[in-house]
Amino acid sequence: MNKKKTYICMGTIIILVLLFLSILSIFWTPYSPTKMNGPLKNAAPSLSHLFGCDNYGRDIFSRVMSGLGNTFFIALCTVLIGSIIGTLIGLFTGYYGGVFDEIIMRFNDIILSFPSVLLALVIISVLGKGTYKIIIALGILFIPSFARMIRGETIKVKKLGYIESAKALGLSNSRIIAVHVFPNIFPKLMTNVAVGFNNAVIAESSMSYLGLGVLPPAQSLGRMISEAQSFLFTCPWYACFPGLVIIIMIIGFSLLSSGLSE
Amino acid sequence: MKKKLLSNALVFMLVVATALTGCSGGKSKKDSQETKKGETTSGGSVVVGITQDLDSLDPHNTAYAGTREVLFNLFEGLVKPNSDGDLVPAVASDYSISEDGSEYTFTLRDGIKFHDGNPVTVEDVKYSLERYATGSSASAAFAIFEEAEVVDDSTVKVKLSTGNTEFLSELTCAILEQANDGNEQTNPIGTGPFKYKSYKPGEELVVEKNTEYWNNPYPYLDEVTFKIETDVDAAVMELSAGSIDILQYLTTDQASTLGDDFEILHGSVNYVQGLFLNNSFGPLKDERVRQALSYAIDKQSISDFLFDGYSHVIGTNMIPAFAKYYNEETENTYSVDIEKAKELLADAGYEDGFDLTITVPNNYEPHKGAAEIIVENLKEIGVNATIDLVEFTAWYDDVYVGRNYEATVVAVDGTLSPSSWFEKNVSTSDNNFTNYNNPEFDEKYNQAVATTDDEEKITLYKELQTILSDTAASVYLEDPANIVAINSKLGGYEFYPVAAQDMSIVYYEK
Amino acid sequence: MKKFILKKTAALIITIFVISIITFLAFSIIPGDAAITRLGSNATPEKIAKIRSELGLDENVLVRYFKWAGNAIRGDFGESLQYQGHKVSDLIEGRIPYTLMIGALSVLILLIISFPIGIIAAKFENTKIDGIILVVTHVFMAIPNFFMGIVLTFVFGVSLRVFTPGKYVSPTDDFFGSMGYLIFPAIAVSLPKVAMVVKYIREAISHEMEKDYVKLARAKGCTENRILTGHVLKNALITVLTFMGLVIAEILAGSVIVEQVFGVPGMGKFLVNAILKRDYPVVQAVVIYVAIIVVLCNTIVDVLYAVVDPRINLEDM
Repeated sequence: MNKKKTYICMGTIIILVLLFLSILSIFWTPYSPTKMNGPLKNAAPSLSHLFGCDNYGRDIFSRVMSGLGNTFFIALCTVLIGSIIGTLIGLFTGYYGGVFDEIIMRFNDIILSFPSVLLALVIISVLGKGTYKIIIALGILFIPSFARMIRGETIKVKKLGYIESAKALGLSNSRIIAVHVFPNIFPKLMTNVAVGFNNAVIAESSMSYLGLGVLPPAQSLGRMISEAQSFLFTCPWYACFPGLVIIIMIIGFSLLSSGLSE
Repeated sequence: MKKKLLSNALVFMLVVATALTGCSGGKSKKDSQETKKGETTSGGSVVVGITQDLDSLDPHNTAYAGTREVLFNLFEGLVKPNSDGDLVPAVASDYSISEDGSEYTFTLRDGIKFHDGNPVTVEDVKYSLERYATGSSASAAFAIFEEAEVVDDSTVKVKLSTGNTEFLSELTCAILEQANDGNEQTNPIGTGPFKYKSYKPGEELVVEKNTEYWNNPYPYLDEVTFKIETDVDAAVMELSAGSIDILQYLTTDQASTLGDDFEILHGSVNYVQGLFLNNSFGPLKDERVRQALSYAIDKQSISDFLFDGYSHVIGTNMIPAFAKYYNEETENTYSVDIEKAKELLADAGYEDGFDLTITVPNNYEPHKGAAEIIVENLKEIGVNATIDLVEFTAWYDDVYVGRNYEATVVAVDGTLSPSSWFEKNVSTSDNNFTNYNNPEFDEKYNQAVATTDDEEKITLYKELQTILSDTAASVYLEDPANIVAINSKLGGYEFYPVAAQDMSIVYYEK
Repeated sequence: MKKFILKKTAALIITIFVISIITFLAFSIIPGDAAITRLGSNATPEKIAKIRSELGLDENVLVRYFKWAGNAIRGDFGESLQYQGHKVSDLIEGRIPYTLMIGALSVLILLIISFPIGIIAAKFENTKIDGIILVVTHVFMAIPNFFMGIVLTFVFGVSLRVFTPGKYVSPTDDFFGSMGYLIFPAIAVSLPKVAMVVKYIREAISHEMEKDYVKLARAKGCTENRILTGHVLKNALITVLTFMGLVIAEILAGSVIVEQVFGVPGMGKFLVNAILKRDYPVVQAVVIYVAIIVVLCNTIVDVLYAVVDPRINLEDM
């Protein structure tokens, strides 16, 4: 029990610090995240520029501060959409089974098989651009995996002794699902949420090249890392610091979800 | 009487011939244009990394400069460009142009053969020109082609519907074998220094030495593999590992990771990169607004940030490499002057600035970089610019064809025909994606194309450049640097002012 | 049993049909088509119309779909629109071996490494090393594919010269030789997944260990190991199985980024490029390939549920 409490504590602290930095960045950053500075181009980390500067001479620490909010928000929303809808689908298909399960699962497979690039282009066409449209695209793409994972758990839990007796007692199915099945799978759901968050953070910048996601001059940690690809050997700080912050963010979130799965 | 006509024609031809030469490769101060000339050896194979997939093996139906660069090695036209930009006889051994510029007479090169050993005939020439006219590669300039007349076994006469002395550069179009009709995509046959060996779509094109090539001693190499590298960073590592020998379009950072095994050359990509403005969009209709943008944008910083200063900053829609026609003065029309810019905006009624969406296609990383710099620059005059990144195909559809945009950062190119650099700004042109509408420009353009007097042509084309610059048709940024890494063991690599990676002149040094 | 196979086959066919229609329609919605990509900057409304009619793109979308479907059923997926003169099936044939080999090696790595590591990691649950394990797992989970790829290429390719970047070999040309190259993209693809599986195993075991039946078993005198292998693992298996099904399907569909970094001509890169060039015959074929894999993987997982846990019946699903 103690361990769970430490997890929740540490997770919350990490998330709160990041959130604080993110909110602070709206009002103040050490330097402007967008202002370019010739002489500082590719400057290594120093006391005045903790994370160094990028290939336009922009202060990386300031960019990280203003970017982590975008990344966190997008990843969080994606996971929420994916997990809520996915869990509902998983619970019901796993519990009821039969033709209902078959049909829904095949649609699930269709979403899993559908090329993400094509989905992104369709969304851009139909809904237009906008930083947060990426959440719709990613949310849709994340539903099937949650659905499958939760369905698997539900199928297993469904066969537990006391579920069968609850049925025999005549309890309504929805009540059984809500009160008996769901709490049982909750810990597994939390693990999925943690892994999902990790994947969402990585996926957040995967569609920027198509115009979906956080576009310049706004910042996002994911995009900073992919833009750093060409500078990996000459200016490693360009990728390492955003990467570090991403890892801290993911660990914080993971600790929180582990702790909550108590 | 006849004699006088003949001598006039000869003089004229001489004048015209010299008029079309004199294109130097873009030599900016920091250029190292060519590899040092060591002693040549014959033989060896080279792997060239190309960053764009080939869209076609049929030179009459290809849209992309990257493809033309490669196909340059397989195919030739009646004439072909050399590295100075001069048009030299290739499939033809000689030519003459009528005084009014409406008839071009070519003498077929004696003994020239296709890659399959069959001799090139005048029928093949006629077939090729007619096929090219209906293909998708032909630009608007080819529309005046009327017919190719076979005069005799070794003479072909190209007839145009109006006199045009620039048409020679259109006749670099490939001469194909009529008997091979229909197989262009699977078994390309040309007359070039290399012949087709194999093609794995999306992976590589392998070509081998054409042992019967008419132009001795070229080519030197036995085999060239054009390897498609979609990820430039991975390609740079392949360079280091020795899987590739030559790679273009590097950034200075990438080039700095390569050691002594490689020579780094600096040239230009020969494109006009610009912030192209939709002249029909709200604030941009007003010339003063467009000029304000030109005063606000720091072009030198774009070259500095993206290319360490190796690019050539320009002021109009023309590349410096086209030295004969390039109007250097346009470079000085605008310098960074925020106050002047704000003044102009206020005059036009936009003292509070305005919003501007800059559409950026994702095919070339420096477009995005330039756009980011521009957004920062424009903040200073109150223009609130945002970047709309789009997929390349969508860009073509929406912006280029649909003209549905406000401003866009993109690069345009042209041919060795000077009119090709201005055609897009003619108000009635199908490709006038900037909706530029200037009657004075149109009139001068028509004059420039029609005149057969060389001096007049140069003057008119230079004036056109001044017009584009003064009216700020768009904001012309730079001719981006082309940084090339080449294996130190190789020599002879030269930059061309057009889309061509000539591997016939490359050799392994002793 | 027979009924099961029939049911699943019918479902597969219907799924393929539905996804092929959706993909086809998607191409009508998004801007641009193969005519525009072919013309590039030479595009004028006139030329576009000409090529559209040549390619049949100006016909009604449903008519086009049925023409395509009619051919596809007979195994003719048509010609690629970007690689003129090349049949879609030939192009795919050349690329599937790479993706399948990378996939197979990745799955092997996944199966061989993740279970032992996961179990060992779970054993250290209440020790001080737990924190380190946590961090390491998360670091590997979060590393982007391209980063892993570039580092692997640099370390093993450029520095140690274990393989030559860019000089890949097709498994059809040299089955065992190709592994020497393709093992590296396989590592890049599988390591983050290994970390995820380890996390699932760790947490699943952790959750199970708190259950009553474990306490009972301990009270009865069973050894920790016996408890682990006898009951806990079995219960954790369902979770891991489902995840493996998803991961394997994803790997077999091809990873664009890894293929790009290692220069391998796989199905992932092929699909993305085809979409960007609006080469819909290729996209249709590849999507069907992916759909078959996904449905197969998930169906196999369902069957394995019943194998692992006898209480689960196939008929229920």
